[in-house]
Amino acid sequence: MLRYVALRIALMVPALLAISVIVFALIELPPGDYLSNEMTELAARGETASLARLQFLRDEFSLDAPLIERYAIWLGVMPGSGGFNGLLQGNWGWSFEYGKPVADVIGDRLGLTIALNFATILFVYAVAFPIGVYSATRQYSWGDYGFTVLGYLGLAVPNFLLGLILLYYANLWFGLSVGGLMAPEFIGQPWSMEKLGSVLAHLIVPTIVIGLSGTAAMIRRLRANLLDELGKPYVAAARARGLSERRLIIKYPLRAALGPFVADVGNLLPSMVSGAVIVSVVLNLPTVGPVLISALRSQDQFLAGFILLFAALLTVVGMLISDLLLAALDPRVRIGQRAVR
Amino acid sequence: MAKKPPPPAGPPVDPTQTHFVDEAPYDPRRASDERDGGVALPPAAKPWALFWRRFRRHRLAVASAWVLGFFYFLIVPFAEIIAPYAQETRNPDAIHAPPQALHLFHNGEYAGVFTYALRARIDLENFERVYEEDVTRPTRVRVFCLGDPYEFWGLIEMRFHLFCPDEGGTLHLLGTDGLGRDMLSRIIYGTRVSLTIGLIGLAISFVLGVVLGGLAGYFGGLIDNVIERLIELIRSLPELPLWLALAAALPANWPPIFIYFGITLILGLLDWPGLARAVRARVLQLREEEFVLAATLTGASPQRLVRKHMLPNFSSHLIASATLSVPGMILGETALSFLGLGLRAPVVSWGVLLNDAQDLSAIEVYPWLLLPMVPVILVVLAFNFFGDGLRDAADPYR
Repeated sequence: MLRYVALRIALMVPALLAISVIVFALIELPPGDYLSNEMTELAARGETASLARLQFLRDEFSLDAPLIERYAIWLGVMPGSGGFNGLLQGNWGWSFEYGKPVADVIGDRLGLTIALNFATILFVYAVAFPIGVYSATRQYSWGDYGFTVLGYLGLAVPNFLLGLILLYYANLWFGLSVGGLMAPEFIGQPWSMEKLGSVLAHLIVPTIVIGLSGTAAMIRRLRANLLDELGKPYVAAARARGLSERRLIIKYPLRAALGPFVADVGNLLPSMVSGAVIVSVVLNLPTVGPVLISALRSQDQFLAGFILLFAALLTVVGMLISDLLLAALDPRVRIGQRAVR
Repeated sequence: MAKKPPPPAGPPVDPTQTHFVDEAPYDPRRASDERDGGVALPPAAKPWALFWRRFRRHRLAVASAWVLGFFYFLIVPFAEIIAPYAQETRNPDAIHAPPQALHLFHNGEYAGVFTYALRARIDLENFERVYEEDVTRPTRVRVFCLGDPYEFWGLIEMRFHLFCPDEGGTLHLLGTDGLGRDMLSRIIYGTRVSLTIGLIGLAISFVLGVVLGGLAGYFGGLIDNVIERLIELIRSLPELPLWLALAAALPANWPPIFIYFGITLILGLLDWPGLARAVRARVLQLREEEFVLAATLTGASPQRLVRKHMLPNFSSHLIASATLSVPGMILGETALSFLGLGLRAPVVSWGVLLNDAQDLSAIEVYPWLLLPMVPVILVVLAFNFFGDGLRDAADPYR
């Protein structure tokens, strides 16, 4: 097991490097950058005094260096001449739009982003598992049909719209304040039981909205896997020996169907992180989503780049966890054979 | 099992003695007839006929095919004619007007299909426009009529509409937006953009997926390894942030048509890994089949092998999984435009229309601004059912 864990973690390094190259290419793709745009604007207005300050920022972050050099500096494998030393040295860069270091702009938001994604995964597991088992064991019952319809709707409704509608009704029926992750009176207050309760209550709507399409997909997957297993002779054999239906399902087919279920959560993660971004914009949640959009619009490169990298990191780490869980469940994975799907 | 040759005209040929090649094309049915002692088998159906037979049994999928056909073959090509107003026609007397109801009876008498004229009043207490029906003034709905001028497909100037409001009357069946433009007409115009963007994006991802997946599966080894890693990498990245970053990189001063193709390219470029993986798996599996070995031994080129011997074996499956990836693209375009990073006005798509419904107050006061979500949900559902039906028909053993 230890060998597998080490190998799996070692494999993450090249993946993360490749991701950092993609992210850097993405933020360099639009012509110009935040500072050059502002400098042209200032020069057009004849404000030469501020130009010197912007030029100082350009020098500090080596923005005029060649492309590859800029990448190396941003990554933190090469010290920049202006004093900026890059991500790996713990320096996430400077947000030109906010006039603050990137760490100050989104520091608080990172924790909430992770919390939201974690809550969503828990939601998907907690809801998809019982419903999937129910649907498979009572195939073609009214409940099964009901969940199937609900699942298709969950896949078809764009999650940002669902967010808007649910938020509207949550406000109308339960009096939850609109948007945000806590009631307005708790913002800036120290943590207390009431504040925690308010945060949890506000997490409900976004968690459902982000998790719904993933839950729908997982239910369908688990139902199909379990149905495959239920038709196999070993189930009939166990039934013939007089095992109670409940015990039988838990002991045999469910275990066989569990592997793909665990592995698929890793496959769902990218779409969940995506969903969290757009839903956060709609619901005005203090996660990295809304900041990413405004940073991309204004070409605030270090901020946008860091958030993109963070989102990718979330999915990569999530996949690592799901792979490790799978390895714990299925010895074939540990030894190096691929799990039979 | 090959059929014995008819007695040739030339010197008698003994098949055991020389290398004999039958001139007539090999007909397996005739061959098996001979083997089975001349018992005629029922005529075998072509694979596509079998496919069609299995598909038709899936009622929901057939219904979805009709829905999609309605959207793609009626609304997309004839949007200008079906819409009662032109795309940018503004009615300054009906700003944020609610949907108008159709009536049949006026003062207890049948009066054809008509609407009552709208009367706007400004409520000075709440600072709102309030619209009331003027029940004394029925305005007829005209059918096959001349209305707002438009350019059909941007080429021919026409004024013909399927139905339009009476002279001086209004016909806002789904209400109007903040500039007094008819929602129904704009949704119909938006259909064209929203639905074609999925198809063009699909074409891009289809070509990439088949070529890269085929290369990986057929050649294996290093090429396979590189493509597999690339697929894994792209699949592990969250889609939306990447779309956003790419969309933000499109220059703001591009004309709308360039932005349109830019967005399709972005959607297609990130969608191919799923398809490539399916193609690779099938090619890998088929490569080991005996009929492929036979074709290889008779000297078929790799290209012919893939095109003639492998592709027909999974083309139906491929079409099914391609169909299932269209809704993702339609939703992607909607999300991008909704956030203001995708298509922008003056282009009209469902996402652009939903952009107006971004804040809660809009939904509370003008709920009909959310109506463009109805066709989005309908089309995405239809694509899902249609694709599921195709997949079941293509692969009945799964």
